[in-house]
Amino acid sequence: MKTMTALYRHGRYVLSNNSLAAVGVLALFVLVTLAVIGPSLVPFDPIETFVGPTLQPPSSAHWFGTDQVGRDIFSRVIVAARLDLTIAVFAVVLSFLAGTAVGCVSGYFGGWFDRISGRVVDSMMAFPLFVLAMGVVAAMGNSVSSVVCATALVNAPFYVRLARAEVAQRRTAEYVDAAILAGNGSIRVISNHLLPNILPTLSVQMSLNLGWAVLNAAGLSFIGLGVRPPAAEWGIMVAEGAQYVVSGHWWACFFPGIALMFCVLCFNFMGDGVRDLLDPRQRT
Amino acid sequence: MTMQLLSKRLVPALISLIGVLIVSFVLTRALPGDPAAYLAGPAATADAVAEVRKSLGLDRNVFEQFVVYVKQITRGELGDSWATGQPVLSELVNRLPASIELTALGLILALIVALPLGIIAALRPNSPIDHTARVVSTLGVSLPTFFTGLLLVYIFYYQLDWLPAPMGRLAPFTDAPEKITGFYTVDSLLTGDFYLFLEALRFLILPAFTLGMFALAPIARMTRASMLGVLSSDYVRTARANRLPAWKVLIVYALRNALLPIVTMLGMVFSFLLGANVLVEKVFSWPGVGSFALEALMISDYAAVQGFVLSMGLIYVLLNLSIDIAYGYIDPRVQVES
Repeated sequence: MKTMTALYRHGRYVLSNNSLAAVGVLALFVLVTLAVIGPSLVPFDPIETFVGPTLQPPSSAHWFGTDQVGRDIFSRVIVAARLDLTIAVFAVVLSFLAGTAVGCVSGYFGGWFDRISGRVVDSMMAFPLFVLAMGVVAAMGNSVSSVVCATALVNAPFYVRLARAEVAQRRTAEYVDAAILAGNGSIRVISNHLLPNILPTLSVQMSLNLGWAVLNAAGLSFIGLGVRPPAAEWGIMVAEGAQYVVSGHWWACFFPGIALMFCVLCFNFMGDGVRDLLDPRQRT
Repeated sequence: MTMQLLSKRLVPALISLIGVLIVSFVLTRALPGDPAAYLAGPAATADAVAEVRKSLGLDRNVFEQFVVYVKQITRGELGDSWATGQPVLSELVNRLPASIELTALGLILALIVALPLGIIAALRPNSPIDHTARVVSTLGVSLPTFFTGLLLVYIFYYQLDWLPAPMGRLAPFTDAPEKITGFYTVDSLLTGDFYLFLEALRFLILPAFTLGMFALAPIARMTRASMLGVLSSDYVRTARANRLPAWKVLIVYALRNALLPIVTMLGMVFSFLLGANVLVEKVFSWPGVGSFALEALMISDYAAVQGFVLSMGLIYVLLNLSIDIAYGYIDPRVQVES
């Protein structure tokens, strides 16, 4: 209880010093609310065509205009928040779970498992992450779940490295020796004694990763991998609007693009705040 | 001594190369669709498909296929692209200069902005300039490259009409410069065609700028962090106490010592940009390796995808090797220690 109030106080201090993080957290709160209740609020069905004339600029009837088949862009942008946020959160949690598990075991036991996982991680990181993600989605087929898996997979190496380094560094600490001498098994030492100590560093990584995950997922949809039309998703909407930019119909890709940018920006500001809160040493 | 050093660097690079081979092999074999059925055509009988499969070596088990694959690569054969019928290697060699030219200019643009930004931020930590630098670099990583590209096209092509439409490296019916390096800007200068140089630059500038914005943040942050550490060191204090000119302290003493982590970062950023290239090339119809790979991916063109993935990994490994070697020149202490 006492640590909670201390954390709360420290959090208030960090937010008051880093107003951008505060703005980010607030805006994210709005985004999450929109993702939850947005679909029941929007004026038009996001995938129904010809609810208005095609390619109309923003007006009072269609706030963000309409696209090439007469769908309401405002409704689509709002509804897409749910899908994009869900993909990002699931992908980051998945890579955290998998990466941390592998990293902890490598760092704690060392040996052949450590060597092999180290090599695998190195090989994966030799590729541009986005290229690897493209390949994984292409191999798994176009679906939301393969976007989540691809994003999680290419991101996992960072968690493996981080968790491994943090565990290996604490492996010889006295409290770990004490826990072992008290008769705890290896799994228990990792989960009850080491994990709580490395969690702050990993949480910082997670919060900094969320924005990247949104970008990665949207980028995949943009090139036609992953989420399939007519689903409302920011990357797809930008892709569909792209061909009309050169003829001056800017709104079809402008609003989803701005929504995407705004979302990533909020995540990144929040990530900076979380880092200041949990791991001030990392601040650069 | 230097040979010893070189071999020390070469062994890990070779091991990463093997890893790259395995990953690219696994990835391309996992692609859906049956290339044999695709090649044999829709009207082919089951026998014909089996025949094609045999000729491609796809009827053998995975390990045999991998051995064949490694043998082919050591001979420099990457197979033919099934979509175009051309050897993948020549396709890649033709298209790679376009991508490298784009990525390099993007990186240079980013460096021009990010280095001074990081240095100024480190000189005045927590000043308004520092905060501005942080916001600018956070904005940079938050921009979806494909969206910023489109936004720039709308502003500079449609509204202002200063720059050409996003339709590749040169306007249609414009002859490319004589091929020397494959970089249009460099080749046109080498052949003395200044008009063509400007033309190529006009096409290059928007996609390069789009890429550069993305690279800004990591470089600026790393420069700031690295400079902050160096600036508080004893030798900088001594240099200042001896009243050496400020620029000399900053550039010769501080920046040179801060360079190592920045150069390491550049390797990662370059790889990052190679990935982002795919998106930018699509937006600007840039005829580089990224758009080639994208087309290949859509139709499960194994050989082409494999060649692309392999060349990306290869570039990264070679780049890191050269960075490792460059360390010794940037900071002679590294050489002595190893």
